Amino acid sequence: MKKLLLAASAAALLAGAWLAPAQAEYLKEHRGGTIRLLARSAAGTLDPHINYTDQGWQMYQPVYDGLVTFRKAEGKDGFSVVADLAEALPVVSNDGKTFTFKLRKGIKFSNGQELGLKDVVASFQRIFKVSGPTSGTFYAGIVGADKCLADTKSCTLEGGIVADEAAGTITLNLVKPDAEILYKLALPHAVILPADTPTEDMGSKPIPSTGPYMISAFDPNKGMTVSRNPNFKQWSEEAQPDGYPDVVQYDFGLSEEAAVTAIQNGEADWMFDALPSDRLGELGSKSMDQLHISPLSAWWYAPLNTRMAPFDNEKARQAVAFAVDRNTLVKLFGGKVLASPVCQVLPPDFPGHEDYCPFTKDPGAKWSAPDLDKAKQLVEDSGTKGQKVTIIVEDTAISRSIGVYLQSVLTSIGYVADVKPISSNLQFTYIQNTNNKVQMSLTQWYKDYPAASDFLNILFSCASYREGSDASINISGFCDKDIDAKMQKALDLGVTDQKAADKLWAEVDRQVTDKAAAVGLFTPKRLDFVSKRIGNFKFNPQFNWIVTQSWVQ
Amino acid sequence: MSNQVDAMPRKTRGPWAVAFAKLATDRAAMACLAVFPLIVIACFSAPLYAKWAGTDPFASTLDAVIQVDGADLPVMEPSTEGLGLGYTPIGPTWQLGNYFLGADSQGRDVMARMLYGGLSSLLIAGAATLFTLMIGTLAGLIAGYFGGITDTVLSRLLDILWAFPIYLLAISLSIVTISQGIRIGPIDIESGSLWLPIIIIGIVYVPYVARPIRGQVLSLRHSEFVLAAINLGVPGWRILWRDILPNITTTLIVFVPLMMALNMLTESALSFLSIGVQPPAASWGTIIQDGQALLYTRPLVALVPGLAIAVSVMALNVFGDGLRDALDPRSKVRLGRD
Repeated sequence: MKKLLLAASAAALLAGAWLAPAQAEYLKEHRGGTIRLLARSAAGTLDPHINYTDQGWQMYQPVYDGLVTFRKAEGKDGFSVVADLAEALPVVSNDGKTFTFKLRKGIKFSNGQELGLKDVVASFQRIFKVSGPTSGTFYAGIVGADKCLADTKSCTLEGGIVADEAAGTITLNLVKPDAEILYKLALPHAVILPADTPTEDMGSKPIPSTGPYMISAFDPNKGMTVSRNPNFKQWSEEAQPDGYPDVVQYDFGLSEEAAVTAIQNGEADWMFDALPSDRLGELGSKSMDQLHISPLSAWWYAPLNTRMAPFDNEKARQAVAFAVDRNTLVKLFGGKVLASPVCQVLPPDFPGHEDYCPFTKDPGAKWSAPDLDKAKQLVEDSGTKGQKVTIIVEDTAISRSIGVYLQSVLTSIGYVADVKPISSNLQFTYIQNTNNKVQMSLTQWYKDYPAASDFLNILFSCASYREGSDASINISGFCDKDIDAKMQKALDLGVTDQKAADKLWAEVDRQVTDKAAAVGLFTPKRLDFVSKRIGNFKFNPQFNWIVTQSWVQ
Repeated sequence: MSNQVDAMPRKTRGPWAVAFAKLATDRAAMACLAVFPLIVIACFSAPLYAKWAGTDPFASTLDAVIQVDGADLPVMEPSTEGLGLGYTPIGPTWQLGNYFLGADSQGRDVMARMLYGGLSSLLIAGAATLFTLMIGTLAGLIAGYFGGITDTVLSRLLDILWAFPIYLLAISLSIVTISQGIRIGPIDIESGSLWLPIIIIGIVYVPYVARPIRGQVLSLRHSEFVLAAINLGVPGWRILWRDILPNITTTLIVFVPLMMALNMLTESALSFLSIGVQPPAASWGTIIQDGQALLYTRPLVALVPGLAIAVSVMALNVFGDGLRDALDPRSKVRLGRD
């Protein structure tokens, strides 16, 4: 059992718990003030069980808590899971299928209600009752989840989540061992809300929270005010440290250009949206001290439809992979400081990543240069020369630029290509639906949590492909039974031996890359531009900038 | 002196000559008549310009290096200061054939794209104008001449089309057709074809033409020469072709520059929203869209096509106004009294 605990918790959670440096001392002299954030628009619903955006998840960190959470730390430590509302990481039993948490006592919600076991049970039921976007994937392995998914309104998760009032424990039972379950429990979709929270999308209505802050006002057209939770008392510095600013004011509606100017003028402290490309040079030279560049576990890629001509032919797919000049794409994205060329699926420094690039001038570990001759030869060999290819991209400046570049690459190797920009709101679902017969597209994938399966299993497993559905995240329609079996083996192995599992994931990564179901383009980096008064900038690899750990005075 | 003039035999001028004489006195209209053909000639010379300049205005050339005053300059200039973030396209060299207006974010020659863009804009606006006039005139003639249930049905159809805000209708039709094209029976227009914006823009403006034409035809239908023709047993189609159509020709001529201007604006708007001309093809609207991301460092990329649209539309509108004044019967009366 101990082995299981270590495997499912410690190893999978990066063993960071005991290696992490002590948290920095809280500096009271910096407490107070208002941090003003800017975004072009709100992140959608306020409901943490439903919202599935980077923007929303980032702001939930100082507001909501789960039984466990990602450590509020920089670097790799930020990927480790620590106990939050639970007193400690769970005791694992029943061959890795049962997780028992002991709930902390004395924690209150921002509305004054005391946190209890009933809130935990109700919150887990609510994940299904509100049809949370990951209820059918991340949490489908909980006992009773199948019934909840079939009939959301009468969900009880009977046998799946069991409260023991006398012992003050909550027991989570899984249908089968899941090495990644603690990661999933550390996500905002599994935060604990008051038991009486309505079982419907709360939209613009804030839900009481347990963290050091609460959402005190929200207007999706204007902004959001996050202020101190009067009932908060720090229980774990690594899980939920007290923050510095008294208020975080998040305003919506300013364009990216206007937001940059506002930050330069000291009228705002940070902007969520990407910096406009025509301001990069100026900011990089004149405001270096206000810029923070951080690595992201993300992947820009071009899915190729393996079920439609010409890319139902493996050689045709490989031809595109050989022809694309990743350096040009990096240039379009803003240069080498902001992105690195890649060939494979798993991002650098990610579990299971081992450098690999077969689609380059000199195949090996890293991409070096495109091989156009090889690409043209492969097109000839595939017999697909002269076929028509349409590339569907998002209607944003950077995606359009990359789309136009890819179009010229396809033209140069013998295809008749055109590019179609589609509204950003629609493109991601459009390219997933097989009815739209998308041959090639451009998209990005950002990790949900630090596990290889979050890229490989989600993006390339047979189960992720659904005919005619807007939620067919396996955009390439790639399905290889052998690779699928290997992915399942790696998932199972992760329960007992994460290192061995990561080795297997590296093998899967190589095999998927070889099949060229998607062309890996580059790994982006996050560029944060903050005002001069922001101090103590800390970047968490899971949820980005830890807003309330910075100070403004 | 005046008596002597009155005594001289008066030379009768035809209506077209009178109209041209009137138009010739309108300096603004004549100036615009000179400007617009220049724009048209410049745009139609786009392929020649690109060939002469040795540039491909549709292909990404991010690694290109050009010579300016003897020095080798990259088309995309990397930032060398500080963190070295981003690339800036080269600015105007003011050397014809050598990135005269600079490069866009793909390293393409903006001048060459401007000319190609103008060509697309003119072709779409021209063809859409023709389409609108044909359909609008046909609908107006049939509704006005035959009246009754035919008029009721056609007029209500036009009312329905008229009820939609023009841009909303154009955007909706474009979004629906942009990804899949149009496939109705034998009609098969692929997505990305210039025929899509032509047809969409052509359709949305049909009521603008059909309604005034119908009004004129209704009036002509009860005029003595038409009634006489009907009583003599002349077939309806012949009356429409020989008697009524010639009497609405001046109205149609006046419509041409005005509709062309409207269509150019609509095409630019649709292309700016990525639902008109599709990349890598160019139109003035798509170039403005490309330039939007460069407003801070290379504002000319967006300003020049904007200026080109403004000048073209103004030229067409001013010329159209002059033409209307010249061809309007009431103006002729005023001309006769001079």
